[in-house]
Amino acid sequence: MQRDSDVRALVLRSAGTNCDGETVRAFSLAGAQTSLVHLNELARDPARLHDQEILVLPGGFSYGDYIAAGRVFGLELRQRLLEPLQRFVEEGGFVVGICNGFQILVELGLFEPEAGQRHIALTDNAANRFECRWITLRSERCATPYLVPGELLPAPVAHGEGRFVVQDKDVLRELFARGQVALTYVDPAHLAPAGADAPSVPYPLNPNGSIANIAGLCDPTGRVLGLMPHPERNLAPWHHPRWTRLPAREAGEGLGFYRRMVEAARARSPLPTSKP
Amino acid sequence: MTPTAEASKDETLSVHPAPDAWRVEVFRRAAIGDPEGAHVAAAMGELGLARPAEVRVAKGYLLAPGYAKKVVDEIATQVLADPVVNEVRVLAPRAAARSGTGHRILVMPRPGVMDPVAHTLEDLLARSGRTPQNGSPAVATYRVFELRGTYAREELAQLSAKLLANETIEVVRVDREDLPYGERFPSALRGRVEVPLLRRSDEELVQLSREGQLSLSLTEMRAIQAHFSGLKREPSACELETLAQTWSEHCKHKTFTGVIDFTPPEGGPVQRIDNLLKSTIARATFELAKPWCVSVFKDNAGIVAFDQGQDLCIKVETHNHPSAIDPYGGAGTGIGGVIRDVLGAGRGARPIANTDAFFVGPPDLPKERVPKGTMHPRRILRGVVAGVRDYGNRMGIPTVSGGVWFDEGYTANPLVYAGTIGILPHADAEKEVRSGDVIVSVGGRTGRDGIHGATFSSVELSEHSETVSSSAVQIGDPITEKRTLDCLLVARDRGLYRALTDCGAGGYSSAVGEMGENTGAEVELEDVHLKYPGLASHEIWISEAQERMVLAVPPEHVDELVSLFAAEDVEATVLGRFTDTQRLVVKDRGAIVCELDMRFLHGGNPRPVRSARWTRPEHADPGCAAPTRGHARTLLALLALPEVASKEWIVRQYDHEVQGNSVVKSLVGVHGDAPSDAAVLQPLASSRMGVAIACGANPRFGVLDPYAMALAVIDEALRNAVAVGADPARVAILDNFSWGNCDKPDRLGSLVLASQGCYDAAKAFGTPFVSGKDSLNNEYRVGDETLSIPPTLLITALGIVPDVARCVSMDAKRAGNRVYVVGATRPELGGSLLHELEGRRGGRVPRVELARAPRLFAALHAAVRAGCVASCHDLSEGGLALAAAEMAFGGELGLALDLAQLPVEGALAGADTTGEADTWRLFAESCSRFLVEVTAERAPEFERLLAGLPCAALGEVRAEPVLSVRGTAGRALFEVPVAELRRAFHSAFQG
Repeated sequence: MQRDSDVRALVLRSAGTNCDGETVRAFSLAGAQTSLVHLNELARDPARLHDQEILVLPGGFSYGDYIAAGRVFGLELRQRLLEPLQRFVEEGGFVVGICNGFQILVELGLFEPEAGQRHIALTDNAANRFECRWITLRSERCATPYLVPGELLPAPVAHGEGRFVVQDKDVLRELFARGQVALTYVDPAHLAPAGADAPSVPYPLNPNGSIANIAGLCDPTGRVLGLMPHPERNLAPWHHPRWTRLPAREAGEGLGFYRRMVEAARARSPLPTSKP
Repeated sequence: MTPTAEASKDETLSVHPAPDAWRVEVFRRAAIGDPEGAHVAAAMGELGLARPAEVRVAKGYLLAPGYAKKVVDEIATQVLADPVVNEVRVLAPRAAARSGTGHRILVMPRPGVMDPVAHTLEDLLARSGRTPQNGSPAVATYRVFELRGTYAREELAQLSAKLLANETIEVVRVDREDLPYGERFPSALRGRVEVPLLRRSDEELVQLSREGQLSLSLTEMRAIQAHFSGLKREPSACELETLAQTWSEHCKHKTFTGVIDFTPPEGGPVQRIDNLLKSTIARATFELAKPWCVSVFKDNAGIVAFDQGQDLCIKVETHNHPSAIDPYGGAGTGIGGVIRDVLGAGRGARPIANTDAFFVGPPDLPKERVPKGTMHPRRILRGVVAGVRDYGNRMGIPTVSGGVWFDEGYTANPLVYAGTIGILPHADAEKEVRSGDVIVSVGGRTGRDGIHGATFSSVELSEHSETVSSSAVQIGDPITEKRTLDCLLVARDRGLYRALTDCGAGGYSSAVGEMGENTGAEVELEDVHLKYPGLASHEIWISEAQERMVLAVPPEHVDELVSLFAAEDVEATVLGRFTDTQRLVVKDRGAIVCELDMRFLHGGNPRPVRSARWTRPEHADPGCAAPTRGHARTLLALLALPEVASKEWIVRQYDHEVQGNSVVKSLVGVHGDAPSDAAVLQPLASSRMGVAIACGANPRFGVLDPYAMALAVIDEALRNAVAVGADPARVAILDNFSWGNCDKPDRLGSLVLASQGCYDAAKAFGTPFVSGKDSLNNEYRVGDETLSIPPTLLITALGIVPDVARCVSMDAKRAGNRVYVVGATRPELGGSLLHELEGRRGGRVPRVELARAPRLFAALHAAVRAGCVASCHDLSEGGLALAAAEMAFGGELGLALDLAQLPVEGALAGADTTGEADTWRLFAESCSRFLVEVTAERAPEFERLLAGLPCAALGEVRAEPVLSVRGTAGRALFEVPVAELRRAFHSAFQG
């Protein structure tokens, strides 16, 4: 059990972050030693990232999502922490952005096929409003080491700006080719393979009109992951919307998602520096 | 484009010059699509306008003219626009807009109206060093609507007024560019302003109260006059405003705490009621003396014990009048305010859930029935939903429970209830202010927003309300409140303050006045952070600017507290200190602007004596005649009534999952579209104890029989909670009364009867009231006529669920299971939905059997706890028929029911002919009833637990998705496929 705390996750919050509670809970239950840190605090002391294995950008409405979702937090990070963040990833750290965190990572350009360029974005839902509903996610064959291809994960979405768009079809093909498409919205009753030319899963199964049903992306190394849905809201046996119709269960499917991420971080993490 | 429109455009360009500011307009690229524009285009059709070829919507930003072009371009492309999604247009100061074909409508907040986006951008630009030469970024925002199509000027005015803007708080420019950038407020003087009062006649006192929007009665004005006569001086504006705020109906509950001479409707002598609140609602609580009631009727919220050293607190507020004028801002600040109530409960609680309930006019109300100066009910409902959504979602508090009621009586006076539930350590449930504590204000800045909210909420609305009361409307800034919340809870846990309260109605005057009631307080206004200069001293003192909390901080903790807030960019300002003088002293720049004796402030208001006499409306009992369109079609029609039909369009706009604690959601079932009876949350991951949140209201009952209504809605809130698994012995309830003008004896009479019902029901069920609020004077004046809303009592229930793993949802689970009805059905159709549908008035309102209902709830709960219950749905509006329909489509399964098996009471032997018998069995709304699904194996145990109570198996769940009902005569009455039921349920107004 000693090893349970050897993976450290830092959950970064700022004004308007509001999914920090369930996110800290998810990483703690998954076995990580989890701390919640304000952006101002980390910006004052970026070295705090050094002994972390996972950096988490949780969901919320950072800075109200005024101007656009994740825009201000993205600009703040770019201005105050971009270099330490890049170094963190280069040194093997995992980054995960959930919902607003995903929007922030997209703002930062971390998934762009071409560095310094912007070809992808998350924008207003096709239905033109915020929606909270449960969808089914499928892990795709991708660079992220802790996703099991083909696995289905029910989780809620809760966002108004989660429609994934690309500049052109080539960008989409490239994302698939480079193993960057990590998670897609699927119809569990009619599973079809993902791909740049795959037909759109109908609303509300694809809740926002994302192209190629894309719900989550990773960078080509697989160490940076962003997703719109909230697996951290599916931890307990009774989080699932139809749990009263299901056989008795031990935990929600979201817990496995975080457990595997923590395990992968443990496998990749350099040897503990000061462990007894 | 018609030649005439073109000509008028040229003319306006010269007369209305473009603003002296850079304008950056951020559009969406054509390839990305513009869902907002498409939405506007579709809504124009609904308004009866021709559908435009295209509508493009842009976010507009005004930036200080001192910026260099290069910097503006950089801000536009790097900060304001997304390179993939947007295309951006930059217009130089004073430049005309590029003229295209079609029309251009600009909408901008009026000067002084809160604009959180502008503030966020200003901060960001300042932090990143992008400031103009000699000046601040001075950002303002606006919205741009560009229409491709040709419209007459009146059509564009209609479009702006009905769809795009609320001119109470926004300015509109149609084919004009002259946005009001950089306009300053008229500046007022700081310091003491004397108001001559001593020599005024009664008439002049009334005039002063009215013109100064003080909402004080003549008796109250006289008491103030006498007080200052005794002091041998005139009052200051600040003193008068402080008294008006503190003595307002909103703050003082003068009707509930006053003296009432009540004539009982059944006859007998006039009864004198000294304090209705203490003799009914609070009395029940104090007589019940539940050990788990931690703090009741004294704090910002009621506090009850929970688990693991934690307590729960709850408050429900109304925000009716502001929501009538600006539904979006009114509802948003309503939810923001009730969240602060919970933040200010005890020594501060963490909010875990919000609730909302709306009472509005019918969504299909013809335009000509909407009174002048009033918005259409659809617009009001959309607006209030958006307001709750944008505030609650940003705060990260799940909105988990609520309801919408429709009645034409709410058209001009909609009701908006918002509630918050919080959790706090038991050790923090009590607070105390000590002399010497420093008064610190944290959170937002003070502005001229919300002046006179407390007194405004006590006046009748009129067609002029929109124009005169705009300063009473606030726009919320949830992120400021969220930052404040984050810091407050840390400060609480570090023990940095001793007490706190929210700045609600009356602003600082109420917050400091209440906190210092037993000590005294001295305040200096000079250091108050203002949003903009120009406020008079009394305006600072009574401003209801949002997102502020007032703390009592021991002097040794002030520095640590201020720096804790500063670390997260929240302002904390020292306002003064609590004294031991029993006086409220306010200074501004050296002058004493207010000096009041706390005893006079809090105890000097004369108690009114009012008479109350309610007369039963004269309607003949329409009986239980079979519905005109037959049973099946009636059921489908009921499902499609706005009040019954799916509220999914509302529920899904709220983040009801944030915080990750949801156990029973408000929509359940196979397709996630069946209406749950109550929501259940698991507040602590370390405890399986849950909390159920439910509500009850029935204005139709209230009109016919306010006493029976009170019993019925308490029963409803309680049975909703019990249906999902709450322990009826651990339910706390809240009352929220919205009534008409209680100076009128009939309104007050029904209020008394409802309050008496509250007492009787609370005592019988053992459910204490822990908090409540009233909003009286919900009347609307048109000419000489004053219309009251239907008497509306909202009961909110907070029930403890012993083990969340035992929770029950309402969707049918498995073919072959038995279906029981628990509780007796009687021919009670007064105020029923069936009568509403049939256009019938009168009849017997369902009456709760107070001697039996508590036993029945306890027995059903025992069955739930034993795991005997597969699904459970309460029977309420629409009766058995509606509950069965919902249970069936929730489970995508059929139900086969036999009405002859239904436990009934009070059937009139002679009159109960077959047709009538089936009608009331299906549609009566008798209280204390449930539809319960039980597996065959558990049926004997279930029946044993319910022994001695009305309970019978009516039939079973079927695999074939059809609802089939057999009548009392033994013949099939109707069969309706579940798909048809679901279709009807989804057929009404969907936003």
